[in-house]
Amino acid sequence: MSLRELKVCLLGDTGVGKSSIVWRFVEDSFDPNINPTIGASFMTKTVQYQNELHKFLIWDTAGQERFRALAPMYYRGSAAAIIVYDITKEDSFQTLKNWVKELRQHGPPNIVVAIAGNKCDLTDAREVPEKDAKDYADSIHAIFVETSAKNAININEVFIEISKRIPVVEATGASSGKGFKLGRQASESRRTCC
Amino acid sequence: MEEDNHHDGEAQGVKICDPPSGSNPSADNLATSLSLLGNHMFPDQVVRSDSGIIKRDRDENVHLSDATAEEPSQDPEPPSDPEPKVETDDTQNPECEKESAQLTDGGTEGAAMDNGQSDSGEFVVTVLAKAKLEEQGLGVKGRSSPLLEAGIQESPAFISHRDEDVTADSWRQHRKHVFVLSEAGKPIYSRYGSEEALSSTMGVMMALVSFVQSSDNIIRSVYSDGHTVVFLQKGPLVLVCVSSSRQSEQQLRGELLYVYYQIISMLTQASISRIFEHKKNYDLRRLLAGSEKILDGLLNLVDSDPSFLLAAVHCLPLTSSLRDSLSQILQKAITPNLVFSILIAKNQLLTIIQEKTVIEDTRLEPADVHLLLNLIGASSAFQAGEIWTPICLPLFNPDCYFYAYISYLDPPECTVCLLLLSTDKEAFYAVAECKRKIEEAMVAQNSLSLIAKAQSYSVSQVGVSDLRHFMYKPFDVPDNYRQLTQFTSPEMEAPYSSEEEKMRLLDLYRYMHSRIHSTSRPLKLIYHVAERETLLAWVTSKFELYTCFSPLVTKTCAITAITKLLRWIKKEEDRLFIRYPAKYSTTPNPSKSSKGGKSDQQDSTDNGFLSLL
Repeated sequence: MSLRELKVCLLGDTGVGKSSIVWRFVEDSFDPNINPTIGASFMTKTVQYQNELHKFLIWDTAGQERFRALAPMYYRGSAAAIIVYDITKEDSFQTLKNWVKELRQHGPPNIVVAIAGNKCDLTDAREVPEKDAKDYADSIHAIFVETSAKNAININEVFIEISKRIPVVEATGASSGKGFKLGRQASESRRTCC
Repeated sequence: MEEDNHHDGEAQGVKICDPPSGSNPSADNLATSLSLLGNHMFPDQVVRSDSGIIKRDRDENVHLSDATAEEPSQDPEPPSDPEPKVETDDTQNPECEKESAQLTDGGTEGAAMDNGQSDSGEFVVTVLAKAKLEEQGLGVKGRSSPLLEAGIQESPAFISHRDEDVTADSWRQHRKHVFVLSEAGKPIYSRYGSEEALSSTMGVMMALVSFVQSSDNIIRSVYSDGHTVVFLQKGPLVLVCVSSSRQSEQQLRGELLYVYYQIISMLTQASISRIFEHKKNYDLRRLLAGSEKILDGLLNLVDSDPSFLLAAVHCLPLTSSLRDSLSQILQKAITPNLVFSILIAKNQLLTIIQEKTVIEDTRLEPADVHLLLNLIGASSAFQAGEIWTPICLPLFNPDCYFYAYISYLDPPECTVCLLLLSTDKEAFYAVAECKRKIEEAMVAQNSLSLIAKAQSYSVSQVGVSDLRHFMYKPFDVPDNYRQLTQFTSPEMEAPYSSEEEKMRLLDLYRYMHSRIHSTSRPLKLIYHVAERETLLAWVTSKFELYTCFSPLVTKTCAITAITKLLRWIKKEEDRLFIRYPAKYSTTPNPSKSSKGGKSDQQDSTDNGFLSLL
């Protein structure tokens, strides 16, 4: 079975639940008192998709403004970006739109974008209607799901959707030696920053 | 006992640093600002500086400031000096060290004590009551020690108090408040309570700072009965500490400096200056959002960990063979641009390796290590995955970021933490590979279980009967030149097992430290008989030592005990300190690096990477 490494980054406002989503996906656990991420946290998880193994290299970035300038470092070279907003916070949905713009302008051209409306268990406090978000996601051809890291709703599904959307052709390039891949990625980044 | 007198003399006053120009601050306005602040913090105040004494009675003050609405309701003022004084002091001292415009409350500390002040300064009223209790202690030669009341003070709360009601008494009673504001008076951080709720208080603080500034002075501190207020201005930031802990002004300012450094470590000095140059009223909380916990954690640590007081790091006692083997493991796992490899267990240092050229050039300051340890200890965010974050080491270089790789080696317990600092923003994968090598080597040598057994030691191991606790900071560890300053100290055991008692002992140490390091009259040796213990502090060219004995020890016994203790430390020093700091060389050497110009380990580390350089 072949192994593909897929670099995925999570973007979005502070406090929307990026780390909780990753934590749920990787460890299948949930901590209501999670601390804000500092810088970015790197985790991996390998899942089977059809006849391939997909190893997700997940960059869980900090949503705080002071780390904003670092984001390109994480989304550069990413196969997919999960942009998260909080369905109970209208502001976080606006921030999401800015992230989409930024990815369009500076992100990798073929990056798969997934929009996750997190905290969907808190329906009483909902500020962003599902339909609005869905329409927006469709307009930019992004994956859309409402998730709850707390109740483990749609978390694995986001990653499965990403696996589906990753173009098959890339597989040949990416499945070669691991050490080579690291070097190649870095060299790409070198070029972009110069 | 001149220090004590000196202390009393200063016990109430505003110290203003007074550059040569020193025109008299117009007393009316200063008094107004002070009384305004008084509404929040103090009873009405008086200002004194030197060049003349402008007396002004309290009623007049009240008229001058509408804001000081409250008249002294009952004010049995000491007959000696019923009026608040505004004294301006123009001794031309550019150093600004001892110049002081003093703010007295119509008398000496003792007099004020009898006053039963129940007037305007609501904040202090409660605290004044506390101040009275201070007189209980038996100081040296019968004098009361300012620290003896410490035991009856509440210990600092170890939880965050963001939502606290800032009008409540409990808020006023916190032992030590710390506020950070911008020059425009915008709140940036408050240790207790939300910054929004305190914006007017902080506005008054800023008014005070800028008023004194307008006459080319710098406000340094304000003393009232139970509180010391210390100001520190660093670039566009103003830091204020309001403390009832009886620490010296110097110590409190040192703590504010740590707070400043912690902010710098997150944002860098250069970017803070840049931000405020562009926008004077920028709300810095936007950039510090989510980092309050780190500052809260720092302040709790400053209160509870003597490392900050001693400006030295504490490392976990370890057999020298184990420490050496750990150092070697770190030494072998390197990659270009890696500059520091640090291994931490239970929030204490295990070993630290520096890049060769770095160690020759400069050294890691204890304060930078403290900030790193606090960062790691203050947030559980590091327990998930591998962290890659920019971090500035303010004493190393306040304007640049390092990139820190932080990962625990023993999840899920998360006690052993690896910290690798690189200068290359893009080096994550290469540095992460170093961690894998370190992990492998540690598994092979069973290091983790050996580290797990390591623990701090008990004072009973020293074998000196009356000795309860000590702190020893050597200046003569081999290779100490350009090495991290360290200290060693046993666990605090009974009778210092409760938080309150620990704090009381630390307060006694702080008092001894302030006497040893007094700017006006530093001491070499102090034998201090306190109420419940006897302390002896001794500083020589080779070490600084603080010891705590049972109360019945005699001077002769204590001195014999110290001789024994020093002998024991000498014998154990290989275990207690990092003795021979290891080095490695990772300086990128563009012409050679890809061609095996480096050690073998490197080449295998990052095949694809080296060729890029």
